[in-house]
Amino acid sequence: MKIDYQHKMAAHCENGAIMSLLNHHGIKLSEAMIFGIGSGIYFSHIPIIKLNGLPLTSFRPWPGAIFKRASKALGIDVEVKKFRNPEKAMVALDDNLERGIPTGMVVGVFYLDYFPAPYRFHFNAHNIIGVGKENGNYIISDPIMESFEHLSYDSLKKVRFAQGLQAPRGKMYYIKNLPNEINIKVAIIKGLKRTVREMVILPGPVIGARGIKYLSKKVRKYPKRYSPREASKRLGQIVRMQEEIGTGGAGFRFLFAAFLQEASEILENKRLNELSASMTEIGDMWRDFAVHAGRIIKERNEVETYDSIANLLLDISAKENIVYKELAKVVKEESLKA
Amino acid sequence: MKKKEVPQDDANLLEGKTRELQYAVDEKGNYTIVKSVGWEPKNIVLQQTWEEINEKLEQVREQVKAGKYSPLYYHMKKHLLTKRMLAKYAGISVFKVWFHLKPKSYAKLSKENIEKYKKALNLKPEEDLGNVD
Repeated sequence: MKIDYQHKMAAHCENGAIMSLLNHHGIKLSEAMIFGIGSGIYFSHIPIIKLNGLPLTSFRPWPGAIFKRASKALGIDVEVKKFRNPEKAMVALDDNLERGIPTGMVVGVFYLDYFPAPYRFHFNAHNIIGVGKENGNYIISDPIMESFEHLSYDSLKKVRFAQGLQAPRGKMYYIKNLPNEINIKVAIIKGLKRTVREMVILPGPVIGARGIKYLSKKVRKYPKRYSPREASKRLGQIVRMQEEIGTGGAGFRFLFAAFLQEASEILENKRLNELSASMTEIGDMWRDFAVHAGRIIKERNEVETYDSIANLLLDISAKENIVYKELAKVVKEESLKA
Repeated sequence: MKKKEVPQDDANLLEGKTRELQYAVDEKGNYTIVKSVGWEPKNIVLQQTWEEINEKLEQVREQVKAGKYSPLYYHMKKHLLTKRMLAKYAGISVFKVWFHLKPKSYAKLSKENIEKYKKALNLKPEEDLGNVD
């Protein structure tokens, strides 16, 4: 059987899965909207946490956070299930499909057959939606892919029970109840408020706009501290996290700018559109950073140095700081109105 | 990023299987979505990662051929697995996996365990677990 489902592509799988499920239930919200409501923009550089043996730089909150926040802010009742037994997890999925419920699943991408091989790492927080079963194969709507994909029973079971960091343990979710009315304005303000909190208010040097400054300091020291090869590996990791599949470009900065633009119309606040334009500029600066970092890694020229890209990061940090502080003012105004 | 500036630097990393969505502004400053096949800096860092992995894997292959580790070790590294992950995928205890990574214990592997490893590593029935080339 196959559920009558419209495949929706998205830049990021997590927003994309919610957008796509909501769309199926008649709520048309854009990916950017969900990203913003779920406070998807983020930054942290925490050297003591290692990913593939390299310091972790993060442009997004912990996987699943956007999903949780957005569904809560919109008042959507989502049923989430985890399993110990893989067979039972598959039966539960079959049950759902039988009843015509499109079901989201968290999977690992390493053994995901249809995924492009160079992108297959043990990343265990990819989101896909099961929409049917045909001749024993599952029909999958994956927000990253351009059209429907198919997975065999064994393949799907394997990716649902992927091992390693953040093993999904068969996690699946579906929309149980929708609110009669969605107050989008309140949800937007809530999302913005949390963003402001995470990016400028939370204390400590490693998170938010200050975290970018911290990263700049670290990057400046790379050539003194590490061998050229190790330094370039560390730099590569930052760019990879920034431009990884599904950021929509520039470490989610453009996606956030798109959200601000949309929010500006809904809240009828011109200031937000101006801030969206500033965010676009910041995104372009992040892209510059990636271009220069790429040249350093490839050792293409001597003009760019670790010093010059560290300066660029410092600029970005200052600019982001201003934008979030301005956003804080907007949030204050709007919460009084709402 | 302007709509016209969305890069299309194809290094075949997406293998023609999909394209990525990028958010960019049009002439009027409105956000739109553009599909992209890749971007050079991004391609560089992804290739950098795989070069690193493949280089290490070559060393592992040599070590296995020299009899320092069992072929299972090569497969584990090739699949970017840790001992614990391999153990979970195969349904064999970490302790046993640790032994099976040594050539001596590997030689005594039961048929049943070989099948378990092959299934965990997505090897076809006709493929040989001992083959590291």
